Parts: sequence; C-alpha cells; structure tokens
Amino acid sequence: MRKAIAVIFLGIIGYYLLATFFNIPFGIARVLDGVGFKYLAMGVPDTGAANVVTSIVVNFRGFDTLGEVTVLFLAATGMGALLHHREPMKRSRQNASIIVKAGARILFPLIIILGAYVFVHGHLTPGGGFQGGAIIASGFLLMFMSYRSYHVNHVVISRVESLAGSTFVIIGLFGLVYGHSFLANVLPLGTVNTLFSAGVIPLIYIAVGFKVGSELTGLLDTMLKTVK
Amino acid sequence: MDILLIILTVILIVAAVMTIRKKDLVAAVISSSVVSLIASIYFYLLQAPDVALTEAAIGVGLSTIIFMITIRRTRRMEE
Repeated sequence: MRKAIAVIFLGIIGYYLLATFFNIPFGIARVLDGVGFKYLAMGVPDTGAANVVTSIVVNFRGFDTLGEVTVLFLAATGMGALLHHREPMKRSRQNASIIVKAGARILFPLIIILGAYVFVHGHLTPGGGFQGGAIIASGFLLMFMSYRSYHVNHVVISRVESLAGSTFVIIGLFGLVYGHSFLANVLPLGTVNTLFSAGVIPLIYIAVGFKVGSELTGLLDTMLKTVK
Repeated sequence: MDILLIILTVILIVAAVMTIRKKDLVAAVISSSVVSLIASIYFYLLQAPDVALTEAAIGVGLSTIIFMITIRRTRRMEE
C-alpha cells in the first residue's frame, strides 16, 4: 500500500519535472538576447543597487542565496558535531613572537572594519556578505594565531549566527506579506549610489555578513582547539 | 601586459601540477593557495572583482589554514 502511494507520488513529481523540462527551449541562444541583457538593463532601475552582481545575487536570485547560507550553516554544524570535545585540548601556552603580537593588535581592528565596510557597502562596491564575513573571520584567525590564550565565547557566536539567519528569513517573509513574493523589495529604493538605497538589500547583506563571519570564526576556533 | 599574463599563466600551471605531484602535503597546500592567488588576479583582470574578493579571502586565506590544521592533526607526508 505504502509502496503504491510512493510510486503515485513519484509519478506526479516526475510528470511535472518532465513537463517543465520540455518547456525549456534547449539549444537556442537565450543568454545573449534574453536573460543577460535583461539583468544588465533592468538590474539598476529595478533594485536600486549600483552593483549589478549584488542586484542579481540578493534580489533576483535571493532564494539561492538563502540556500547557500543554509548549506554553509549545515557544514559548520556537521563540523562542530564531529570535532567538538567536552574537554577541549589545551593549546600550548607558547605565544607568537613579539612582532606578530604587536602587529596583530594593530591590524585586528582594521581588518574587522574592512570586513564590515565590505558587507555594508555590498550594494555599491564589489563584495558583499560572504566576502565581508570571510574577511572578519580571517581577522579573528590572526588573533587566534598570535595569542594562544585568545578565545571567543561560543554562546555569543551561536546567538549572533541564529539571530542573523532568522533576520534573513523574516525580511523574506515581510516581502511575502507586503510585496508580491518571498524576499520582495518592500522598502523604498532611494537614490542609486547612496548608502541608504536599494531597499532591503543592505539589510540582507548585513545579516549574511554577521552570519558568515560568526560561523567561520566558530568553525576555526573549534578546529584550532583540537590541535595541540 | 601580455608578458605579465603569460608569466602568470605559467606559474599557475606549474603550481597546479605541484599541488598534485608533491608528496609533502604542506608544500602541496601552499601550491594550491598560489593557484587561488593567481586565479583571483585573473578574476580581477576579467572584470569580476566580486569573485576575486571571494577567491582571495576564502581560497588563499581560510581554506589554506583549514588544510594546515588538518595536516597538523594527521600526517605531513603522503605515502
């Protein structure tokens, strides 16, 4: 009985997949006279983001970005589950040399500011949430490498991460309620090329930046704790 | 400009081959980060600065460190 139901469901899914596939005109050059030019022409006026890549990544294909963030979250969760020790190995007390330590203290705030700049200005200049988050994580890595006693609070990191992830989904749901679709741009677009423009795109990129940064930092800390 | 591109491409190919052939895994990881570095220069030259930033931050920085930590936990030489 259950097998029969499963076969029926598979048949329904397969029928719709096939019907969709046969609707796609394979072999016809659609990139040059369709999608690409449309994105280039409509990207800036439709979304208000001066960076066309951001207008595609966060607005036209925002749902893909949510999927990518989820994949990263799953990878970090799996790694934490595999490597987490109840009694973390004590990292050796030896610190890095005085030059590295002094340099790290000066560079650390600058790297954090650069990362924040990259994801706050994601809709104006190249870069965005993923890049800014990775830069912030590399700043924390510098501190982990130079000061062996430096550690981050995992409770705070996981709170920041889940808060940022929920913010992304809640912004998307606002689009569903007040706009026409999930992640629709419900805020005013403003003037192109200013910081407060492009509606929800900066908010989403700030959430993604916090999420990626805290995730990678926690991941590096978990990994470094397993090394003597 | 053409000379620079040729030199970069040669280094890219040599580093990629070294990544596969080296028995010392630390050397292999460093060569793969050289591949990422040159790829990020190429992305920048091909007017894709977004991808170049990603490649520089993740390919050169974070993934190299993660491989290094893993090598530290396991063995350095490949059999």
